[in-house]
Amino acid sequence: MTQTASGDLYLSISNLWKAFGDFIALKDISLDINEGEFICFLGPSGCGKTTLLRAIAGLDLQTRGSVQQDGIDVSNLPPSERDFGIVFQSYALFPNLTIEKNIAFGLENTGRSKPEITARVSELLELVGLPEQGRKYPAQLSGGQQQRIALARAIATKPGLLLLDEPLSALDAKVRVHLRHEIKELQRKLGVTTVMVTHDQEEALTMADRIVVMNQGVIEQVGSPTEIYREPANLFVADFIGEMNQINTAVAPDGQLWLGSERLSCNGHGFTQGSSVVAAIRPEDIIPHQAGYVPDAGNSNCIEVLMQEMEFLGSFWRCHLQSDRFGASELIADFSINAVRRLELGEGRTMVVELPENRLMAFAQPEAN
Amino acid sequence: MSSETTDLTQLPPGPVIKRKLSRDDIVMRGGMVVIALYLVVTLAFPLYAMLSKSFSTYHFELSNYEMQVSDQEGVFDGTVLNPADLNTSTGTYSDADFSTGSDGRLPVAKLFPDFSFRSPVMYQIRNALPGGRFLVGSTLHDTSDWVEMDSNTFRRVQLRPVKSTGMDNFVNYFSTPALSNSIKNSLIIAVISTVITVTLAFWFAYALNRSCMRFKGMFRLIAMAPILVPSLLPGIALVYLFGNQGMLKELLFGASIYGPIGIVIGSVFFTFPHAFLIISTALAISDARLYEAAVSLRASPWRTFWTVTIPSARYGLISAGFVVFNLVITDFGLPKVIGGQFNMLAVDIYKQVIGQQNFEMGAVVSVVLIIPAIFAFALDRYVQSKQVATLSSRSVPFQPSPDAKMDRIFLIYSSLVGLFIIGILAVCQFAALIKFWPYDLSLSLNNYQFDKMDGGGWGSYYNSIKLGLLTAVIGTSVIFFGAYLVEKSNGFRLGRSLFQMIAMLPMAIPGMVLGLAYIFFFNNPANPLNWIYGTMAILVISAVTHFYTVSHLTAVTALKQMDREFESVSASLKQPTLKLFSRVTVPVCLPAVLDISIYLFVNAMTTVSAVVFLYSPKTSLASIAVLNMDDAGDIAPAAAMGMMIFYTNAAARILHLIASKGILRRTQAWRAR
Repeated sequence: MTQTASGDLYLSISNLWKAFGDFIALKDISLDINEGEFICFLGPSGCGKTTLLRAIAGLDLQTRGSVQQDGIDVSNLPPSERDFGIVFQSYALFPNLTIEKNIAFGLENTGRSKPEITARVSELLELVGLPEQGRKYPAQLSGGQQQRIALARAIATKPGLLLLDEPLSALDAKVRVHLRHEIKELQRKLGVTTVMVTHDQEEALTMADRIVVMNQGVIEQVGSPTEIYREPANLFVADFIGEMNQINTAVAPDGQLWLGSERLSCNGHGFTQGSSVVAAIRPEDIIPHQAGYVPDAGNSNCIEVLMQEMEFLGSFWRCHLQSDRFGASELIADFSINAVRRLELGEGRTMVVELPENRLMAFAQPEAN
Repeated sequence: MSSETTDLTQLPPGPVIKRKLSRDDIVMRGGMVVIALYLVVTLAFPLYAMLSKSFSTYHFELSNYEMQVSDQEGVFDGTVLNPADLNTSTGTYSDADFSTGSDGRLPVAKLFPDFSFRSPVMYQIRNALPGGRFLVGSTLHDTSDWVEMDSNTFRRVQLRPVKSTGMDNFVNYFSTPALSNSIKNSLIIAVISTVITVTLAFWFAYALNRSCMRFKGMFRLIAMAPILVPSLLPGIALVYLFGNQGMLKELLFGASIYGPIGIVIGSVFFTFPHAFLIISTALAISDARLYEAAVSLRASPWRTFWTVTIPSARYGLISAGFVVFNLVITDFGLPKVIGGQFNMLAVDIYKQVIGQQNFEMGAVVSVVLIIPAIFAFALDRYVQSKQVATLSSRSVPFQPSPDAKMDRIFLIYSSLVGLFIIGILAVCQFAALIKFWPYDLSLSLNNYQFDKMDGGGWGSYYNSIKLGLLTAVIGTSVIFFGAYLVEKSNGFRLGRSLFQMIAMLPMAIPGMVLGLAYIFFFNNPANPLNWIYGTMAILVISAVTHFYTVSHLTAVTALKQMDREFESVSASLKQPTLKLFSRVTVPVCLPAVLDISIYLFVNAMTTVSAVVFLYSPKTSLASIAVLNMDDAGDIAPAAAMGMMIFYTNAAARILHLIASKGILRRTQAWRAR
């Protein structure tokens, strides 16, 4: 039943530009999406993700570039001649129509008979888990229920492409987590190619087959959630998704990174000697050792630090580590409760941390704006 | 992903992608063009016709003609006489006599001092230059052939004027003090009425919004009553109260109600609800937190009033001021009834057109009247655009707390204002039922036998209802649909903003001016739409156009509250936009639709200025009947008809209220949670 995201090419966006007057919202965007894939456009507000979604839908036409859907060039088609269903953040349910009529809205005038429509509507209500609510009006449902109805309406006509524009951001946290799972489940069941816009990284990481990280009108990286998280392509992605320690440094002659007077090994970063870079590592990748720990030969990525402050966050400790080598900035590390107990870590004590060579990354310095 | 080589700071060259139009796009743009065309034909073209009329001048050109006179035997000696020379020698006509209107006629027999229609002398006349025209009796001659006739026929020869374009009419207007004084008069009356009305309405609205006095609902109803009657009705009441045989004449201490006093009092009456509504809205949206802050800072009530109340209501006050100013300066009915010898611009138009048949001068006065009207309108729009939402979602609505002394003062004040409004209406009703004021005070229904009076009888009353209904139905459909198209269609940005601009224009055009412009445009025999002149159709069109703007704004406000994505969803579901419009948009906006239709009905019933030039004997209207009966001295029947309008509008309002409640309960079940 689980469908992998390796279908044929379904949606192809090439060299897309969008300008609003002098402001360029999308810059030379190219992206291929496979059939059955769940894609998330992720980025800070104003990055162009919604603009890109609206261009795909034909709601706001791009200024340059083309969109191909299922082998057909839809670049200049109005929305009514494209094949997609859409769910908005506001749900946009018709307030004066019952839930049934809302879902049936797109089924009318399509050659379906009345009984067929009724059957399809109850099937859809069943599918989104609201079989009893058909006669109610939207205002009588909770936000989460309304969003499910909007989803049912969008998929009623079995479109080839499902577009979700921040569908969960108007909901409270608990409902959101629950619906996240449901939408993903539904998408798998139907196998419909889906593009979702979100600014919530957790949402993207849990739901998407592939994430498209966008910033200031360009795509920063496309990849699976683990790729995006483990191997961010640049500092923006690294910083935007998850927590990331950043230390300004430079490349030593042997390709290692300077950290004060010591050097740290870092896997193939491709920077030349002397270039200034940002060394980055995620808090959970830092390995704790007891004070006075002596690394094995060849494993030199260990430094001695002072435990400045510890915050208990339930399942782990967030530790603020200091060392003259970082200058004014501090290193944040997440240590398991076990490790803290075992190594007897505490505020004001010194310890040794290891920054594993394969988890330490080097990025180009951000351009000064 | 972007390649390294592409310059991301500017768009690559290439054509802008043009969206293929969907069927819906075409339908919606087509609809918008149709409604825009409607506005152009019923607004822009007539106004242009009027403007060009105001610049056309007509004068008699004597040198265009040649004449011959025979001796007593009827034999011509071949001497050709030039009428211009004749006039120089006889001095029959002065230069002023040569400027005239498009209908001007100049008899030529007068150029011969010894002319007698019984003499056997024969005459010949011809056009010496192309463009000359003269009438023999009613036959027009515009060729250069000699026309021979006897003296009895020559008596009936009249020259026709030559048309030219220029500022002469305006020069003429401003050099005639009897005419140009009206500018000053109109401005003064409008300013005085505005100050009084806004002041009265402010305190009335203040009492209703900020005090805990009793009977607020009743006062609110009373304050809105003047909207239901034609503006000339208070004039009739004032005649009964303070006229030459008035009940309270002594209160004026010898001053005459016919003139500025009457106009100002009547204007305050009929503009009061407009000012009250605007100011009341401004006062209703106030933030209680500001008052709590003022109290905690120990500001005196007086200081709080000036630093919190007035600033937060200032846009409402300014807006109310402009609206009242505009209503007063463009009103025609009231100064016509009570103005006496005091000339106002709007009445001047009527006098020039109906009284003197001088259409050019009517056009000139119209142009003069448009200027302050547009000015007030533009300033009002400007002020409103400055007004940002002062009420945030965090605001706490102000709750007045009881204050026995202040509440009593406000109750007394509101009662006085209410008494004034009720009093005016009561006097009219009283006048309508009295047999013959002031000699026979017994009651009768004689004054309701409209068929026995001038003014069109009961037929005009039914015509008015017909006009009201047609205007409400047609106007609401056109205006709401137009607003929908402009608000919800895609692209076409230039067309949409143009449409918005045209839709705002009617508000700036006084009804008299629109009516006169319609004469020039629709009564032109060359106009293919000429046939609607004198029919009910032109009355409906003028009413719809005249009241377009307010209805359009009501519709736009309602439409703006609809989710912007409804159209997107509908398109993604491949459903026609018109289905969405009828199934969702109209039902959801039904309250606004009903508001627009009652607004149109009431205004079509009461308007005089928009229709006074356009009715025909067959389409006479109740409001016009009030005007004409008053003009003919049948003041009591005029009052009776005016009250008929009042009762009809009141009934319509009540029906509207019941209908809205009923329809809302049935179709808007979704509103209840």
